[in-house]
Amino acid sequence: MAMSQIDPVVIDNAESAVSTRNISKNYGDVEALRDLSLEFPRGQLTSLLGPSGCGKTTLLKIIAGLLEPTSGEVEVNGKTVTGPGPDRAFVFQDFALLPWASVIRNVAFGLEMRGMGKSEREDIAAKYIKEVGLGGFEHSYPHELSGGMRQRVGLARALSVDAEVLLMDEPFSAVDEQTRRKFQEDLLALVQNENKTFIFVTHSIEEAVYVSDQIALLLPRPSRVHEIIRPSNFRSKGVDNIRRDPEYLDIVDEIWASLRTYVE
Amino acid sequence: MANRALYLKFLSAVLLFGAWEVAGRIPVSFAFPTFLESMGALFRMIGDGTMATAYAETLRPLVVGVAISAFLGIAIGLWVGLSSFFEWLFSPIFIVMQAAPLAALIPLLVLAYGIGLTSKVLVVCIMAMPVIVLNTAGAVRNTPESMKEMGKAFLATDLAIILKIVIPAASPVIFAGLRLGISAGFIGAILAELKITPTGVGDIITYSRSIADYPSMYAAIFSIILLAVLFLNLLEKIETVLFKGNQRGYVSD
Ligand SMILES: Nc1ncnc2c1ncn2[C@@H]1O[C@H](COP(=O)(O)OP(=O)(O)OP(=O)(O)O)[C@@H](O)[C@H]1O
Ligand SMILES: [Mg+2]
Repeated sequence: MAMSQIDPVVIDNAESAVSTRNISKNYGDVEALRDLSLEFPRGQLTSLLGPSGCGKTTLLKIIAGLLEPTSGEVEVNGKTVTGPGPDRAFVFQDFALLPWASVIRNVAFGLEMRGMGKSEREDIAAKYIKEVGLGGFEHSYPHELSGGMRQRVGLARALSVDAEVLLMDEPFSAVDEQTRRKFQEDLLALVQNENKTFIFVTHSIEEAVYVSDQIALLLPRPSRVHEIIRPSNFRSKGVDNIRRDPEYLDIVDEIWASLRTYVE
Repeated sequence: MANRALYLKFLSAVLLFGAWEVAGRIPVSFAFPTFLESMGALFRMIGDGTMATAYAETLRPLVVGVAISAFLGIAIGLWVGLSSFFEWLFSPIFIVMQAAPLAALIPLLVLAYGIGLTSKVLVVCIMAMPVIVLNTAGAVRNTPESMKEMGKAFLATDLAIILKIVIPAASPVIFAGLRLGISAGFIGAILAELKITPTGVGDIITYSRSIADYPSMYAAIFSIILLAVLFLNLLEKIETVLFKGNQRGYVSD
């Protein structure tokens, strides 16, 4: 089979932008994560894939420093995470835009919090607004945008702070199928062009296989890493051919075979 | 759209005043003047300066009381909303204040603070402050968690989260509280003038009733309502200018 499964311990530490070590997280009596260890290779996109409620958002927020693990630790570039930091940016599933602020103010929010002056940060924000294809909407308000456009605002906000690690929580789940496919292609281009590490949460097996360099399959609560899959061969064949590639189809099938026992 | 809203407001005013005129002409009661008589009295009192002197008197406790209630009310409300300790400490006081029968408290206030400006300002505050505090606190407590989380993720300090996220998010409800509080403040100001010492607009009402000059009495009542309505509209304008995107409510999906 044209795919390799790598034990997390085997990957060289220097190659990892983010590593999580023996993370456990309890919400009161609910054990969301148990002893989860995972390496996120630098410059690559890793998907967290698993059934609803298995703790994907929890893991992402622990990496972001928004939640404290009950035990275990997260390292970003070799430094232990104690809270949110300039090396990580978050794209929220529900966008989390400020409704009273225009698109440009929303996108510039992270830079504003870093103390950057108004004209400088708005220049940078304008650049990323164009980059995500929202040129001309700088002064619109979130309620004037479609769901897909709002998500792009959230993406532009995360890109503008120029963090090395991008944490994305089901960023495409609120948009329609066509927009979703467009976003997935854009994401592939982004991974290629920006030298950033992406951590990407998704429900969709096809989406995970399409965009990922590495897929971490999580099992239901208490969640551990069940399997790590590294699609290797079809990535170079061009975006248009991926969905027809036999390896792509094999991996989708294999993941479904692993997960189906947990979906009733 | 804006024109249509204005037109409807105008129409409802015409209907109301028309009904008043008709009721005055029937007449419903000999103590109920027509709309035109009342307007006549209003313009006469504006012309001879009676109104100006009266409002100079009435507006003082009103403005001072409303200003104190707005600033202190929002400040305390923020505090109560952000800390469960202060909520435990303060919110019973304001709930009691809101429920207390003010007329029964006035003699106590007079006993403690005399019949001067202080008592009147206090009456205005007791009327206006609780709803401002309770609304502000409730709105602050209900700030969407995801927005605060977004702030933290993008390295906002606690102060920046309060200034840039919590307050703007709470502003529609804070403004609603301000509107309710300020209307209550108007009631408080007139109540103080009727119950403590007859001064200003309260004096016109009391005096013209005692000499059966009903058009003047209704003119005074009408003028204070008109002032309240104008002021509330002004507040709405300020809110629209300050928080433009809030008009359409929140977008979360
Ligand atoms: N604040 C909380 N308090 C208590 N339990 C929580 C809390 N947040 C999450 N949980 C529980 O932890 C588990 C994992 O939640 P999490 O949101 O991480 O799942 P998820 O994998 O992101 O799910 P989905 O794919 O549906 O978004 C769930 O069973 C949930 O009930
Ligand atoms: Mg989730």
